[in-house]
Amino acid sequence: MAPLLLTMRGIVKQFPGVRALDGVDLDVAPGEVHCLLGQNGAGKSTLIKVLAGAHQPDAGEITFDGQPVSFGSPQAADQAGIATIYQELDLVPGLTVAENVMLGHEPARLGFTRPREGDERTRDLLRRLGHPEIPARRELGRLSAAGQQVVSMARALARDARLIVMDEPSAVLDPDEVQNLFRVIRELTTEGVAIVYISHRLDEIRQIGDRVTVLKDGRTVARNLPARDTPTAEVIRLMTGRSIEYVFPPHGAAPGSEVVLDVQGLTRPGEFADVSFTVRSGEVVGLAGLVGSGRSEILETVYGARRPAAGTVRVHGRALRPGSVPSAVRARVGLCPEERKSQGLLMAEPVSRNVSLSALRRFARAGFLGRDAEVAAVGAVTAQLDVRPADPTRPVRTLSGGNQQKVVLARWLLRGCDVLLLDEPTRGVDVGARSEIYALIRRLADSGVAVVLVSSEVPEVLGLADRVLVVREGRVVRTAPSAELDESRVLDLVMEGTVHG
Amino acid sequence: MADPPQTPLTAPAVPAVDEQKRVERAAREAGRPPNALSRLLDSAPARNLGLVAVLVLLGIVGVSTADTFLTRSNLLTILTSASVIGVITVGVTMVIIGGGIDLSVGKVMALASVWSTTVATQSYGPVVMIFCALAVGAGCGLVNGLLIAYGRIVPFIVTLAMAISAQGLAEQISGRRSQIVTDPTIAGIANTRLLGIPLLVYIFAAVVAVGWVVLNRTTFGRRTFAIGGNPEAARLAGLDVRRHTIALYVVSGLCCGIAAIMISSLTTTGSSTHGTLYELDAIAAVIIGGTLLSGGRGTLVGSILGVLVFTTITNLFVLNNLATEVQNIAKGVIIVVAVLIQGRARRSSFSTG
Repeated sequence: MAPLLLTMRGIVKQFPGVRALDGVDLDVAPGEVHCLLGQNGAGKSTLIKVLAGAHQPDAGEITFDGQPVSFGSPQAADQAGIATIYQELDLVPGLTVAENVMLGHEPARLGFTRPREGDERTRDLLRRLGHPEIPARRELGRLSAAGQQVVSMARALARDARLIVMDEPSAVLDPDEVQNLFRVIRELTTEGVAIVYISHRLDEIRQIGDRVTVLKDGRTVARNLPARDTPTAEVIRLMTGRSIEYVFPPHGAAPGSEVVLDVQGLTRPGEFADVSFTVRSGEVVGLAGLVGSGRSEILETVYGARRPAAGTVRVHGRALRPGSVPSAVRARVGLCPEERKSQGLLMAEPVSRNVSLSALRRFARAGFLGRDAEVAAVGAVTAQLDVRPADPTRPVRTLSGGNQQKVVLARWLLRGCDVLLLDEPTRGVDVGARSEIYALIRRLADSGVAVVLVSSEVPEVLGLADRVLVVREGRVVRTAPSAELDESRVLDLVMEGTVHG
Repeated sequence: MADPPQTPLTAPAVPAVDEQKRVERAAREAGRPPNALSRLLDSAPARNLGLVAVLVLLGIVGVSTADTFLTRSNLLTILTSASVIGVITVGVTMVIIGGGIDLSVGKVMALASVWSTTVATQSYGPVVMIFCALAVGAGCGLVNGLLIAYGRIVPFIVTLAMAISAQGLAEQISGRRSQIVTDPTIAGIANTRLLGIPLLVYIFAAVVAVGWVVLNRTTFGRRTFAIGGNPEAARLAGLDVRRHTIALYVVSGLCCGIAAIMISSLTTTGSSTHGTLYELDAIAAVIIGGTLLSGGRGTLVGSILGVLVFTTITNLFVLNNLATEVQNIAKGVIIVVAVLIQGRARRSSFSTG
């Protein structure tokens, strides 16, 4: 094989409380499609951000085209010839297709842009990508997701990139569009462009990939495996198993007999269909599935944050008003949302006000707050959860991820709830705080709370839940007691559907 | 996938054992503003102290340029002329802290003043006139709130449209003529003094006091901050964001109704020309008072100090017979300088977020 285009050695990236990358190696040769595999949280996203210059690694070496490099900014990576197509497309919806393709590199003379030249070049690129039907002057926001993906590729090509990183490019594409994407990739690779391809769909990797690198817990666990011949069992074995063993609390006594939460036939077209499950008091039910499988949407719909097209949610036998959060909260349902910062917390406000937000009425007489009672109650709950630092007047933004999560949990503890919906409760949470949160969830369940847990991390779901629902493409494909499942079985179920299209 | 926050690392590789300590240290450092000056500027009382300092400065200028500045009657003149815009500013402050904006306040006040001073309304006496002004104000606020909360139109557009239609309606009702207030009770409000202080100043003070208590001591106020700071988090915490938003605009409209009675009495007319550009004066006062236009943070005291600063400037220019053009330039400069200083204080304390 030709000399390597890119080598990464021992890349380390530390975030407060989390070591996202802990010694990653990656070799990419010119003209190859190199696939990056790993579970959620394995470090794929961080790695490509390092490659794109969006993050600076704390340790490790990168050589590109034989030269040691360090990309201090996205512009630096761009100039070196690395283009990244992110999952969330970073395009400007209000500009035309051509303006997006040329963004930052507009053909210009004396400071005046030459739109016609840009249109021409964009048309050439789109033709080369097999999409001459996309009008260069069309406003980008009016294209389909697949169309926007093509524009994103055109933009990478316009920069004469020598390495293109694609983060789950097929997630938004129809099967025949995927085939077209592969055709373009093959064309590019024959010209010597290297592709780093990230996907959860193993069949795609077998079709288009040359070699595979597997990440786990921020480390490279296998390098340069042949993409076509490595058995699926081997790949899944490499992706699973934890090098860091999390301590899961032992499962408590058998759940109570009373069905607290009863979800029947819940449907939101395009997101999920006909989801039914029940949770008894003291039971932890886990929803396992990939990002985009509909699990978070299911949780938010149960909570009333989204309005279902069909189906009912009952708590203690009484139906909740569809699409009404206050109705759910009145029925003693609580949600710890997926995006802690944007959906869960008032970042500028102190811990105490974040905790008491849902229980203000309890401290109020005729609308007037009894602030001493409030401070005392908040102090008791945060002490019980061991929120550190133990100062409820501190702005919540200064806390670590784990302690921020405890603040959200404390809110529902203070209010008191019978059903607790947890969406990725340990995302961005460091190892120590994780075990504490696990123990807390178990303690809540033991006290009779019905818990629904969503997590991308299969071991977490298996370790905490009494029963697991596997969600794939908006449908519950398997329900089983967690004792009957293991990590590779669940991972197989989660990905299998996508393998067979 | 969301990334962990990027804080600069003090040490590149710390053993995992010290993880908790390290996080705590990072948290302490993040919580500590980098220097004393920005800490001073960031604290809420100090921000108001800055405005107090400006007021003192204006006072010194006043004393040295006009003999009459520091007289009792002149100070009461300043407070009286601040009272109408001050009452409006209370409502606007609450709307802005709650994440909205109200551009209709000036014209809603004009409409309320016109509606409550028609010959027909006046024939029913002062109680009905006051009720009418309050109802018109609250009604306009209700329409604003409904359109924003349930019509999902941005507040800027809704309240701008309300301002235009209220103006039109006021002109229609009054036939573009000033309506003389003949009712002696209403006309007398502006001339009434208790303990030597005009009744209008008491009304102003009462509205500010109620507004302060509501914002700082009630669940309504706490929820206002939450909804302005992060509406999605507030919604998912179980707050009824839409109903609360409506209530905020109704409060703002009520303040306009109160202000309408005050200005009708002060000028003994109800007129569609009342309140022109009051919305901008109120918003300017809120801004220099340290309230974030994006919502979630702010103080009522700051807004009121802002009103007093602007009113004092006007007073100084009048006392010195200076042109109003220059006065507006001075106001503009003050707004920019105030926001620059606050922006600096905020950036240094928000370096992590």
